[in-house]
Order: sequence, then C-alpha cells, then structure tokens
Amino acid sequence: MALIERPAPDTLTPAVATPESTYGAFRRPVHSTGWKSWLFTIDHKKLGIMYGVSALFFFLVGGLEALLIRAQLAGPEGTILSADKYNQMFTMHATTMVFLFVMPMAAAFANYFVPLQIGARDVAFPRINAFGFWCFIFGAIFINTSWLLGGAADGGWFMYAPNSSVPFSPTNGIDFWGLGLQITGIASLTGAINLIVTVINMRAPGMSLMKMPIFTWMILVTQFLLLFAIPVITVALFLLMFQRSFDATFFSVEAGADPLLWQHLFWIFGHPEVYILILPSFGIVSEVLPVFSKKPLFGYPLVVFSGAAIGFVGWGVWAHHMFASGLGPISVAVFSVSTMAIAIPTGVKIVNWTMTLWGGKLRFTTAMLFAIGLIVQFTVGGLSGVTHAVAPSDTQQTDTYYIVAHFHYVLFGGAILGIFAGLYYWWPKMFGKLLDEKWGKWNFWMMIVGMNLTFGPMHIIGLQGQPRRMYVWTEARAGSGFFDLGFWNLISSIGSFVLGIGVLLFFVNVFLSHRRHGPAPLDPWDARALEWLTTNPPKEHNFDRVPTVGHLDDFFHRKYEDRGEDGHHDFHQVATAEELMAVEEANADPDIHLPSPSYWPIVLAFGLPVMAYGVIYNFLLIPAGAVIVLLAMFGWSLEPHTATEADYDPPTPEGGAELEVADHG
Amino acid sequence: MADAAVTDTAPEAHDAHGHDGHGAHVTSTGLSNNKLAMWIFLGSECLLFGGLISTYMLYRGRHSENLGPDQVWDIPFTSASSFVLLMSSLTMVLAVTAAQRKDDRNTRLWLTVTALLGSLFVAGQVYEFTTFYREGLGFTTSLFSSSFYTLTGFHGVHVSVGVIMLLATVGMILKNRIPGDKAEVVELVGLYWHFVDIVWILIFTLVYLIPA
Ligand code: HEM
Ligand SMILES: [Cu+2]
Repeated sequence: MALIERPAPDTLTPAVATPESTYGAFRRPVHSTGWKSWLFTIDHKKLGIMYGVSALFFFLVGGLEALLIRAQLAGPEGTILSADKYNQMFTMHATTMVFLFVMPMAAAFANYFVPLQIGARDVAFPRINAFGFWCFIFGAIFINTSWLLGGAADGGWFMYAPNSSVPFSPTNGIDFWGLGLQITGIASLTGAINLIVTVINMRAPGMSLMKMPIFTWMILVTQFLLLFAIPVITVALFLLMFQRSFDATFFSVEAGADPLLWQHLFWIFGHPEVYILILPSFGIVSEVLPVFSKKPLFGYPLVVFSGAAIGFVGWGVWAHHMFASGLGPISVAVFSVSTMAIAIPTGVKIVNWTMTLWGGKLRFTTAMLFAIGLIVQFTVGGLSGVTHAVAPSDTQQTDTYYIVAHFHYVLFGGAILGIFAGLYYWWPKMFGKLLDEKWGKWNFWMMIVGMNLTFGPMHIIGLQGQPRRMYVWTEARAGSGFFDLGFWNLISSIGSFVLGIGVLLFFVNVFLSHRRHGPAPLDPWDARALEWLTTNPPKEHNFDRVPTVGHLDDFFHRKYEDRGEDGHHDFHQVATAEELMAVEEANADPDIHLPSPSYWPIVLAFGLPVMAYGVIYNFLLIPAGAVIVLLAMFGWSLEPHTATEADYDPPTPEGGAELEVADHG
Repeated sequence: MADAAVTDTAPEAHDAHGHDGHGAHVTSTGLSNNKLAMWIFLGSECLLFGGLISTYMLYRGRHSENLGPDQVWDIPFTSASSFVLLMSSLTMVLAVTAAQRKDDRNTRLWLTVTALLGSLFVAGQVYEFTTFYREGLGFTTSLFSSSFYTLTGFHGVHVSVGVIMLLATVGMILKNRIPGDKAEVVELVGLYWHFVDIVWILIFTLVYLIPA
C-alpha cells in the first residue's frame, strides 16, 4: 500500500503535532537549501524546474544528434557517420526529442503551473510526483548509457518489429531503448494520474471546469491521452523484450507471427502521442495570445471542446501511419476519412487564435512572436499533413524526406515554438527575472529562419524521392534544376546550423539576463490567469490564501472592472497586481502545512534501472533492484507524517504566514 | 465522473483552512483524491489488459499440432481456482463492510482470508503452469504459448501485488498506521481486487471457455 498517498497538503490538519518520528532511519529530511533540498524535494515547483532543466539538456543532446545527421547529409556520399552510427543517430535523435525533451518539458510546465493556475497549494500526490521525476531521469540516463555500452538503439523511433529483433539488431541498443522507455513510461503514467486528480479535485473554490485556464485544460486532455496510451506501448515493449531477451516469437514472421501486430500496438500509442506532444503547446499559446492581444481568448468553450475532440478522435485514426503496409482498401478508406476529420478541431483552434489576434492591441514581445510563429509554422505542417491523409499521395510520399519535412513543421513549428513561447512568458514567474527582449528577438528570428531553411527544402528533397533513413545519398540520383538534390541538401544542412545557433541564443539570453537584469515586476505582462496572483517566484505554499474564483481569467477580473452595458465591455483598471498582492499578504492564512521532503521517491526510482541492467547483463541484478524497490516502499509507508520539530529548521516566516511543516504526502 | 466534475464547489464549503469540520479533505468533486486516483489507474489498466488480451486472441490458433488450448486445458481445475478467486471478492466485500462498521478485528480477518484465497489462486496458477510445462508447453513453444503465458502471467502478477497490498493493509491496521479514513483505504484495496477479479472472469471466458 506504499503508493497510496496521505491526504493532500491543502487538507490542513490541526496544527497539533501528529505522533513524532520514532523510526530513526525513517525520519523525513528537512533541507530547505542546498543540493539536498533538490534531491529530496516533493515541491511541485522545484520538480517542475528540475523537469525543465533536464529536458532542455536533452534538447541539446537531441539537437547535436540532428546536426550530426545533417552534417552527414550535406553532400553526396557523406563520410562523417558510418551506416551503423547513422541508424543509431536518427533513432536516438527522435527518441530524445520526443521522450526526453518535449514530453518532460510539458511535464515541467504542467507541474509548475497547473497547481498555480487552479489555485491549489500542491499537487494531489507530491511524493509520487517526485518519484515520477526520478523515473524520467533514471530512464533517460539508462537509455543514453547505451552509447557507451556497445551502441545505441538503431531501429528508428517506431522500432518496427521484426526489424528490431535480435537477428537484425544484435547489439543491446534496443534493449536499452525498450527498458528505458518502460521506466520513463512510469513517469508519464504516475504524472498523468497525479495531474488528473489534481485538476479534477483540487481546484480553488468557485473554479468550475469552464472557468479553468486553457493551459490547464489542454494539460488535462493530454494526461488522459497519456493515461490510455502508455499502457499500450507498455504491452508492446514487454512483448519486444520477451522476444529479444527470452526468445519469444511475437514478431517473427517465420514462426507464424502477424507482421502488423507491432505496428498496431505502436501506433495506437503513437498517434495519440503526437497530440501528447502538441496539446500542451496549444495550451501555452492559448494563454499567451490573449495576454498580448489584450483580449480574452476568442471562443474559449470552442477551444476547450476542440481540444477534447482531438483527444477522442485521436484514438480512431492510428492506422493512417500504416497505409503503406497493406491493410486493404476498406480500412485505408476509413482511416483516411477519420484522419481528415481530425483536421476540423485543429482548424477550429487556428481560427480561434486568429480571431483572438483580430482587432486586439497587439504587443510583439518575444513570447508573442513565438506564439504567432507557432500558428504560421504549424499551419504549414498541417497542410502537408492533409496530403498524407489522402492515401494515394501518402503512398508516394511515405518514407521520403517529404514526411520528414511534414512532421518537423508540426513538431518543431508546433510543439517547440510553443514551448519557447511558454519559456519567455513564464520565466519571470518561475525565476523572478525577465529574459532580455532584444536577445529574445534574435533567438526567435534565428530559429524561424533556421527551421524554414532546414525543413522547407526537405519538401523538395522528398518530392524528388530521396528516402529518409538513408545514411548517404548519391550523385547518381542528384536531380537537376529546381529538384537539384545537392543544392537543397546543402541549404538544409546550413539551415540546421543556423537553427542550432538560434537555440543556443536562448541559453545566452538566460545567462545574460540573469547577470544583468534586476527582479521582474510582479505582473510584467498584465496577465490574466491565476498563477500571477502570487509572488515571482511563488512562495513555497503558492498562495497566501487559497483564492476564491469568480471568473474565467480571474486575475484579470480582479484588476479590471467592466463598466460597459448591454453586453458591451468597457474595462477599467481598479487595482494593480501589487495592490492585490498586498491584500493577499495581509489576509494570509495563519497556518499552512506543507509536506516535508522525502528520501524515498529517489530511492524507489533508483531500483528500476538496477533491475533493467539486470535484464541486459546479469539476472542477479533483478532481485537486487527489486529489494531496493521493496525497501523503499517500506520506508515510504513507514515514514513519519512530519519531520520532527527538532529536525526542522524553520524558514523565515513570509508575509505573515507561518510555515509549519507537517504531515501528508 | 463527468457530471460530478462539472459541478461548482460552493465557496462556502471551504472554511478558512480548506477542510470541513470532519477532518476530511474537501475536493471539487467530493470524491477523495485516493479514490479518484484508483479509478483512474484502473481505467489505464483496462488498456494494458486490452493489449494483452488482443495479442492472445490474435495468436490463440497458432500452436503446434498436439499442444493447442484444447489439448492442454484442464477446465475443471481452472474452474475451481476461478471459483476461489470469485469467493475472494466476496470476502473482500465483507472486509469493506467490516471496515465501514469500524470493526477492526473483522476487517483484518476478512482481509487475511481474501489474501489467502488470492494466494491459493496464484498457487493454482503456478501448479497449472508447471503441469503445462511438463506436458511440453514452454514459454517459447509457439505463439499461442507465449501469448498465453504472457497474458495469464501478467494477471498472476497483479493478483500477487494485490495480496501484498492486502497483507500490508492488515499490518498497517494492526500498527494503527493508516492516516485518515481506514474504511476508505480498505475500500481502495477492494476496488483493485475486484478489478483484478473481473479481468480474470474475462480471461477465463475468452481464453479457456470459448473454443479457438
Ligand atoms: C533541431 C532541429 C532538428 C533537426 C535539424 C532535425 C533533423 C532531422 C533529420 C534530418 C531527420 C531524418 C533522419 C533520417 O530519416 O535519416 C530527423 C528525424 C526525426 N526527427 Fe528531427 N530534427 C530536429 C528536431 C526535431 C524535434 C524537435 C523533434 C520532435 C519533437 C524531431 C523528431 C524527429 C523524428 C520523430 C524523426 C524520425 C526518426 C525516425 O525516422 O525514426 N526532430 N530529424
Ligand atoms: Cu497519426
């Protein structure tokens, strides 16, 4: 029962101390500063930052892998990478970008901002939250150790079986890949349960679902997608592991296996996965555009429902990834039509964003530029996507660079531009400093120019027939005129380095801004949602008192009064953020209890890679890892409710609220 | 869930400290976090078993000559062990009602009995597996055997985890280490247990009773 959490921290139990720790070894840590305060933290904001920092690190790793690929393909007969290394490079590039950057980056924002946006003190299960983070980290490290231990996975990110079985890929790379993804999968699943419960159950009084900030909404839909998608890939990965490590024949055609089993299992996960990558960014953009247009989000209910619709329809269309695999004409027709149906809710979103901009008082901050960039670039990707939904043209484009162009417009132009919009928009909230706008604009334009130079030409390269996943292309098929492969490949490779520099400018910006700039104002953007009703960065207990919500865009309505009549709006500022903050601090809840940190999440998560190495190297490590897991569960459930007074070094009381660390989670 | 989730929580429901007079957690839905989490988790488990059952259904016919389902099954034996598992759902219900009456003794008793019945089922499965193995049906013998062992093995692991949960709950009640509402914790374990039971009924019907 170790995994069942005690009540969430905003269940404020009476201040009387619960029975103190009698279990010396099971004391709770109390560090509030230093590296241990990060290692053992269960604070959703710290975990959010840790998710973000690690994800950005893996963005650099995945980017480096991409640059190596593009360097190899810059000219004909490239010699930088061997065929083997090339296979590993594009497999790990995609794996890193999808599983170790975009997903954890969304988790970073979700962890940090969902509780703040719904006016909660914490997530529902803080210790499970920490456990999830460590699963992600250990899984990610585990996968990447394969580079040093005989070579990384080389089967492509969808790892088509039987190509991914031992005869075709005899190194351990794919074992690392599969086991590592199982571990990061635990992070996604626990994260999904935690966030769904948090959003459904812990909203501030008065916040009905239709008053919920749109980012939180999109995260909620994403978590439901994860909840149902992760178990399917879990099954697939187990079957693959049984095939590779224990000689089962699930995917061996010569043993009578169905060659499509893997593809079905993978894409039932894989298609929703695409929305798992993109919806959080849609959420971010839907927060950013209204703020910098000084208008509410146009058609908020439509954006909510289209998000949910994408969530539902996303389940019915997986087989559009399999048109080329011989499904039969009826299946292909059905999936083709259902796929085009998904363009409708997506189109609704684009229309809503555009209407939000329409007639607004636009402020072109960096965050706003990234958000507009998303609309434009994602639409390009969406248009080439429609050409895939048409099965006949898809069969021509499949496995050429045309599709590489398509999904990078969607993933880079969608997911990643959205993430950058979020970084610029929320940076002052998270760190109390504004990022530099001038550097930000350079950052933005370099990335936009770079991405179009990189991925634009890939349309042409693809139409000319250059296959994806080939480690060289040859002069023999070079094409001429507009379709000159040599020219466009070179442009694409140059573009990728421009893009790389563009990304690096972000880190330069962070560095310089933190050296140069003073603290950010309390409400630098004149924001709308509830996360701004607290200090920058927020206090450990989030809010001085749990807000009572009356409106969608509650924070905005606290600042502005509508003096219009007959449905005509005329907003007048009646309070500044500083004034609101002063009221909150003056009326702060007298005693707030937050859970103490805990040793056990990291220990529990550590047992998993030990077991995974056991599967690959020595079965004895499996019980060893299992013992760690069991001990940690034991510790987890016996951990005292609170750190003892004597252990605890109380932080300076802030804003009149006396922090007491107690109980829970 | 949908309509419960849509209701507004009236601000008055929260006092200044965010908890009601009974010490229970006030949530937007009135459902406790733990219970909601368990339901959500079980929803996700449905897809796990969905994937495994589909794989089995796909491969059930792909076996060697004399080692197909019809040759190896011992339906009376498996029926008996299925019955044992079904009975454990009953004792689980008894545990939950005892917990709701705040009758710790009987709660512990019925939880223990449930754990015993569960263990008996797992033991039956181990026996069944060894018998099949002796008859020549190894994990890698055929696609049928691989998917059969995978599916029922996963279910067996779920039952075993359930047994651990039951015994841990007994221990925690004994040592008085359950924070908050004991009856709810028992109920949560019960939810999980009934789920695992229902999945077994599905597996038993699809795998054993319906001929390939
Ligand atoms: C930094 C800029 C990026 C560049 C220059 C880049 C470049 C490339 C190239 C050239 C390929 C094709 C490899 C081949 O087929 O031989 C590729 C594959 C891929 N990339 Fe990227 N990429 C970038 C960013 C991203 C991002 C942000 C994502 C996801 C969020 C992503 C996801 C993928 C996927 C899924 C594949 C397919 C790999 C496979 O075929 O298994 N890429 N990338
Ligand atoms: Cu798809």
